[in-house]
Amino acid sequence: MRSTRYALIAGAAATALLATACSGAGAGGSSGGSKSINVLMVGNPQMEDIAKLTKSTFTKDTGIKVNFTVLPENELRDKVTQDIATQAGQYDVATIGAYEVPIWTKNGWLHELGSYADKDTGFDKADLLKPMVQSLSGSDGKLYALPFYGESSMLMYNKDVMAAKGVTVPEHPTWQQIADIAARVDGAEPGMKGICLRGLAGWGELGAPLTSVVNTFGGTWFTKDWKAQVNSPAFKKATNFYVNLVRQHGEAGAPQAGFTECLNALSQKKAAMWYDATSAAGSLEDPASSKIAGHVGYAYAPTVQTKSSGWLWAWAWAMPKTTKNADAASKFMLWASSKKYENLVGAKLGWSRVPAGKRASTYAIPQYQKAAGSFGDITLKSIEQADPANPGVQPRPTVGIQYVAIPEFQDLGTKVTQEISAAIAGKTSVDKALDDGQKLAEDVAKNYQK
Amino acid sequence: MTTLTAPPKTAPPPARPRKSPGTAKWKRRIPLLPALIFTIAVTQLPFVATLVISTFQWNILKPGERHFVGLDNFTFVFTDERLRTAVLNTIVLTASVVLLSVVLGLGLAMLLDRRFTGRGLARTLLIAPFLVMPVAAALLFKHALYNPDYGLLNGTLNTVYRLFGADNGPTVDWISSYPMPAVVLSLVWQWTPFMMLILLAGLQAQPGDVLEAARMDGASAMATFRHITLPHLRQYIELGVLLGTIYIVQTFDAVYTITQGGPGSQTTNLPYEIYLTMFRKYEYGQAAAAGVVVVLGAIVIATFALRTIASLFREEASR
Repeated sequence: MRSTRYALIAGAAATALLATACSGAGAGGSSGGSKSINVLMVGNPQMEDIAKLTKSTFTKDTGIKVNFTVLPENELRDKVTQDIATQAGQYDVATIGAYEVPIWTKNGWLHELGSYADKDTGFDKADLLKPMVQSLSGSDGKLYALPFYGESSMLMYNKDVMAAKGVTVPEHPTWQQIADIAARVDGAEPGMKGICLRGLAGWGELGAPLTSVVNTFGGTWFTKDWKAQVNSPAFKKATNFYVNLVRQHGEAGAPQAGFTECLNALSQKKAAMWYDATSAAGSLEDPASSKIAGHVGYAYAPTVQTKSSGWLWAWAWAMPKTTKNADAASKFMLWASSKKYENLVGAKLGWSRVPAGKRASTYAIPQYQKAAGSFGDITLKSIEQADPANPGVQPRPTVGIQYVAIPEFQDLGTKVTQEISAAIAGKTSVDKALDDGQKLAEDVAKNYQK
Repeated sequence: MTTLTAPPKTAPPPARPRKSPGTAKWKRRIPLLPALIFTIAVTQLPFVATLVISTFQWNILKPGERHFVGLDNFTFVFTDERLRTAVLNTIVLTASVVLLSVVLGLGLAMLLDRRFTGRGLARTLLIAPFLVMPVAAALLFKHALYNPDYGLLNGTLNTVYRLFGADNGPTVDWISSYPMPAVVLSLVWQWTPFMMLILLAGLQAQPGDVLEAARMDGASAMATFRHITLPHLRQYIELGVLLGTIYIVQTFDAVYTITQGGPGSQTTNLPYEIYLTMFRKYEYGQAAAAGVVVVLGAIVIATFALRTIASLFREEASR
């Protein structure tokens, strides 16, 4: 009967979990000694590229067959979390982000990978960017995931509009400068807004840029000894600034706008500036989808009190402890994160599609420098400047810039950003949103206070 | 006034002579048993599992901390402010969608009940929204209608403003300014055809002689509708309301797609809140407890629905 559908879904999911939990021990790796591995990964363009290239190169060279499962980000998280948390052991390799690594490492779910990387002489572990290594390491200092590509955040703008209005965007702007520019260029063209900032609720949507703004305004979610700070003056000031900027000069439909919507807004000339991930540059410079390709200016993430404020994110390869094909899986991961693979993508698919942002050497390749001329340098420097252990003005209890690396943050971040999104919509006040958020954060903090 | 007296009930069929009741009964039942067991296994065991899980504190991101907590999760469900908001939103959403779609459906059914050229085509077109997949319909509303940049609503507004010489109309952010109406409207669009179908069936089952008699007696169209058609339709309306309620209480697609439960938690209904508990919080115990509460609520509504259907059949049979 359909009336019981949701309970049944919950129930069915639960029984499935129980069943897999029981069978996990015996029925894990389907392929025993044969050379075949199962890889679960997020459906980003760089991952689709590797799915295309693997058979003709990696499998041909090593004889290891790779079965890819590709899912959108949210579904991937649901699936990979359940697979690993219940020890189902269906996958030998999974892409996870910088947020998951420390949490899952603490739970003992992941294989240590640093030793594999050290043994592979061609891999050149020392070439990996330091912030990447740091954010993919456990609290024991060992590497638990190999980066596939990395990103920071920066300000992107329409150069033509700035020129027409006689505005110069500084290379290292402050947030106040950006707010002033947004006011000046608002309406520069019919229907064009001054700036696009994410307003869509979600810890990984609005939560990411907002937290980086909070950091540079001197705020934090938690102090080092786990005191919640969500309604502290600095957090409030930052959030008020963000919300006011979006309300006054931000994109139409801001409470529903996430990464994709802002990408459209800037590339379709509906916004003059956009603060977001460095990985957006590739799409902005693609003439097939962007009306401003070749006319995009780039600046570092705006700051207030800190020297830099770019965030840091990595999609990385991790190996669940349950795998029975550790050797084959590690070979695949080392290959996918290698210089050799970057060169392969450059040669076969074009240099702008290289999964960049993880190795210093990528930015020394002449072909890549040419393809990423306008944004490559800022991307690299933003990543290098990012300090995931110390992103604000005070010490933090966890490593991570635009998130708090505790399991509860997915829920906490989602609920607090829901309220802030409502403030952007004018349905509630920032103060009310943050006071409510503080209560939620205090509940979470209780789990950690000693 | 019409006074319809129920015809005498038909006598029960004569009892068949029974031969060796026990064994024959079981012989007939044995081939069906595997199906029965299978049905019980796939429908009831998961529910039992849900009941069990609802008594545990179980967050899958914290292995080793799972333990029995009795009814704590239910206490949480009934005291949590967000869940209370979700219950309230579910009621508002369901009631307004059902009410509006019944009224609209009734109007359309009355129109379709008349003969006109192209009636078949009109009926097909009117049913079409019900056949669109819920997610597709929600996406259609979110992007094609509500989008402040390229949506149809603002486009129309702007065109009208321009007709009167203004440069541009106001840019209304429909989803953020009117979140609940935005979700309700898309659901009404989907569910009106369903109500229309049920009510049309009711209208067409209306005895022609009664209507003719009313006309002969000089009753106005309005009076005929109020005193004859509406009472006749009562059970069909009840059926539509109850079936609609059962389905719309579970609305997930529209909320997830159009508003993501926002702004804030203004459109977060129970299914969406349970989804968040399950896949953002990973608190399986709480999600299971909330699921159990929803099922109990749904069973209550479903019981009423079944009773209405039963009474409809009784009336049909007695005609």
